[in-house]
Amino acid sequence: MSEIFDIYLLEAVLNGLLLGGLLALLSLGLNLVFGVIDVVWICYAELIMCGMYAVYYLYVQYHWPLALAMLAAIGVVALLGWLLHQFVIRPVLNAEPINQLLVTGGVLFFLQAAATLAFGIEFKNLGVSLPSVRLGEMSFSGARLVAFGTALAGVVALWLFLRKSYLGTAIRAISQDRGIMPLMGVNPARIFAITSALGGALAGVAACLLVLQYDVHPAIGLSFGPITFLICVLGGLGNMFGGFVAAFVFAQFIAVGGFFFAVEWGYVIAFVFFIAMMFWRPRGILAK
Amino acid sequence: MLAVRNVTAGYGDFNALFDVSLEVRAGEAVAVIGPNGAGKTTLLRVISKLIEPRRGALDFDGASLAPVPAHAVVARGIAHVPENRRLFPRLTAEENLRMGAYTSRREYAQRLEQVYALFPRLKERRAQPAGTLSGGEQQMCAIARALMSRPKLLLLDEPSAGLAPVVVQSIFELVRRICAEGYTVLIVEQNIRQVLKVVGRAYLLEAGRIVRSGSAADVLAAPEIQKAYLGL
Repeated sequence: MSEIFDIYLLEAVLNGLLLGGLLALLSLGLNLVFGVIDVVWICYAELIMCGMYAVYYLYVQYHWPLALAMLAAIGVVALLGWLLHQFVIRPVLNAEPINQLLVTGGVLFFLQAAATLAFGIEFKNLGVSLPSVRLGEMSFSGARLVAFGTALAGVVALWLFLRKSYLGTAIRAISQDRGIMPLMGVNPARIFAITSALGGALAGVAACLLVLQYDVHPAIGLSFGPITFLICVLGGLGNMFGGFVAAFVFAQFIAVGGFFFAVEWGYVIAFVFFIAMMFWRPRGILAK
Repeated sequence: MLAVRNVTAGYGDFNALFDVSLEVRAGEAVAVIGPNGAGKTTLLRVISKLIEPRRGALDFDGASLAPVPAHAVVARGIAHVPENRRLFPRLTAEENLRMGAYTSRREYAQRLEQVYALFPRLKERRAQPAGTLSGGEQQMCAIARALMSRPKLLLLDEPSAGLAPVVVQSIFELVRRICAEGYTVLIVEQNIRQVLKVVGRAYLLEAGRIVRSGSAADVLAAPEIQKAYLGL
């Protein structure tokens, strides 16, 4: 009896690890944008929702190959991120933070309403199911394994880009001293636009992974938007490494908590942990 | 090489420069000296287009700087070491230098070598976050970052500010070496005695106006300088 117990616990821990990878990817784009531009995209999860619809329609309605539909969806959401910056964020770049929150919050409701009008409220399923992988007595969802692998690859690629390229270095530099970027020959407006498109592209990647696991509907952003935001806050907003760690911690609370009690309890425990951390380490898990 | 003609500039309702004219010829080292708040920093910020002049003209290398946006000034050949150094504190020393070469990436490796030859200390500290360098090292790093673009004209804003006296000596020694390397330098300083040993000509800026100009020796010998600034 105790042996079986252990293997199910191990399965829960490993499933938590897989979920952590997905959550890490979700938090990546939001963190990047906040770290560089200092504006929180409250509507981040709604961008993901748009990406999910893009994959769905291209694949199911227009019969594009799935890989191509996903690439196009990433492009679409990158474009949305760029548009969001140029037309919504730019005018309020130097406004009060509360106004910036309200503006992107407005975009959240706009996108939800627009999606409802355009796509209807029914849940749409991609109809693709990846086989699950068995490991001894344990079983893992194929979609989650793919999500985990992609998320890790995305994190590593972004890290290398930020470390090794001129553009990436400029993206890190601009968050430290916006005022002197022109003296380096860098146009800050251009860096902001690129960062926004990159944040959108990351949301697009997340959309491709989520659409394999969940049905799309106009309000789906609400089911993971808050978690994404909490993970970023838990890791320290703008701290990408912190967000990465926080995603895995949070996912373990959900998975292991859900194992000992019930799935819903996993979330309750995770949020209680979040609230406790806000008292204990308000500036993030890794804050000094 | 650089001609500033009748420039008036400021912030908001406030003017910091009135009808300022000055000139820097190729190969020269020129200082703008004057007390705190005279408009020295504003002058450099106008030249690198961080602020638009209200009136007057800026010519560099035979072309007007008027249509050039701030981020295109470096490519024209002007590098600006700003007041308080303004390094990117969480980037390493070498990453700061890489930012200096943002517009001239192809020459990066070669320039890095040249700059490290001039600042061996920075090579030792290359992997350290710039915020953890000592004051003198930070100033070296800021100057090195500007040199990475191999500018025709180097603007230095108070390189000695906030440094210990011993370090100030070494920074001025460095400025002297940079001038000797053939760079054209426009330097803004409050440390008048030291800077006048390094440059050939100087302008005295007071309350936003150029009140005296001439060779370093003449300016140093001027009675108002002797009395007001050197306490003699």
